[in-house]
Amino acid sequence: MSGTAAGVDARLPIRSDLDLVWVRQHVRQAAAAVGFGLVEQTKLVTAASELARNTLVYGGGGEVTTERVSDGRAAHGLRLTFTDRGPGIPDLEKALSDGYTSGDGLGLGLGGARRLVHEFAIDSTPGSGTTVTVTSWATRPPRPREELR
Amino acid sequence: MPEHHTTARNTENPVPTQEVGAFLGRRREQLAQRWADEPLFRAVFTVSRDEAVEAGRAVADALAQVAGSGRVEDTDSPGFTPVREQLTRMAASRGRAGLTAAQISREVDALRRPAVDLLVADLPQASSEHVRECATTLTALMGTLRLVVMETSLTEGQALIDRQQVQLLEVATPVIRLWDGIVGVPLIGTLDSARSQVVMETLLESVVDQQARFAILDITGVPTVDSLVAQHLMKTVAAVRLMGAECVVSGIRPAIAQTIVHLGLDLPVVTRSSLADALAYALHRLGADIVSVTPGGAGTR
Repeated sequence: MSGTAAGVDARLPIRSDLDLVWVRQHVRQAAAAVGFGLVEQTKLVTAASELARNTLVYGGGGEVTTERVSDGRAAHGLRLTFTDRGPGIPDLEKALSDGYTSGDGLGLGLGGARRLVHEFAIDSTPGSGTTVTVTSWATRPPRPREELR
Repeated sequence: MPEHHTTARNTENPVPTQEVGAFLGRRREQLAQRWADEPLFRAVFTVSRDEAVEAGRAVADALAQVAGSGRVEDTDSPGFTPVREQLTRMAASRGRAGLTAAQISREVDALRRPAVDLLVADLPQASSEHVRECATTLTALMGTLRLVVMETSLTEGQALIDRQQVQLLEVATPVIRLWDGIVGVPLIGTLDSARSQVVMETLLESVVDQQARFAILDITGVPTVDSLVAQHLMKTVAAVRLMGAECVVSGIRPAIAQTIVHLGLDLPVVTRSSLADALAYALHRLGADIVSVTPGGAGTR
């Protein structure tokens, strides 16, 4: 495993507000290491912030794993998996819709996070917890002009 | 209970903890002299050796009391109380010198060897088994001392972090008077609920004090704007509005702008990309425009 990959792949606890700061910083650094542009970095960090806060507030704490992924060709991405053993989400459809919240937030976290990443998967079993997996890919640089002609 | 130990032994071999306690009292002076030459004491008390010896005596007294109470493995033993502060200062001093926790721990551990050597030399008549028991007890006691030092320095570290968190709350939220009737707050770092509460309070106070009609919230220094940060911002904006002033949010970078759109956030407030633009907007609304001086000095009259 290369030096950068060691800095990308990690497992971080989500137990307090302070951990959220760590998660954001780690995701930002990992995204930069994988080769994300500034906009993609910011989007992924914001999605991670929303999902990590959900894990903490609604899941009662949990953890996140970050890993570098590759499509086998040139594209590299970052996959984040948030896991908690909380009460789970009874109605996923409703939870993903904008403006719905079971707490006192804006109700944009889950739906917003889905729009901020390229791939989004959620698996929740009422009573045993929730796992959210998101993946974003570093957008490849635009083709040189010659190819367009 | 120490009693049943006593009954199981003959009188020539007292309980090891008592024996160690008596030894520490008896050899207090020699111990203090030897410890004063160890790196931990030598490096902390640089002014005079007497000072180091005095500190060594205090530690020896504390250890003697802990051993006498029979609680050699208890870091909360009351015997440690008189030296706790001194130990904290010693550990902190070594920490400032650049030593890691492990290195400080090793320096404390270095005090064990001279103590055990003295103990063995001090019990020439005792059976080898008894000497070994006493040495084990003393070793356990010195291990506890090591834990106490590490514990006190950790507590000290936590207290420092707590103080700094409170300081951060105050330091990071200055409200600046930008012009007559215009105040600005440069927001920096994470906007958690405690921080945003302080921002709101100081901002509302200064809106009153400065009789401000415009309040500019600059988020250039906020790395991540997620729905919670937006919610805190909007609460502040709403409160400012209730005071009769208007809010402008500035410092919205391109990446943040795109993220806010994807997130589906609606910011029902005047926004500008830079603080300068926000100030120009507020000045304009107050009827004061900034104009360039015409070359040649012939300004509009």
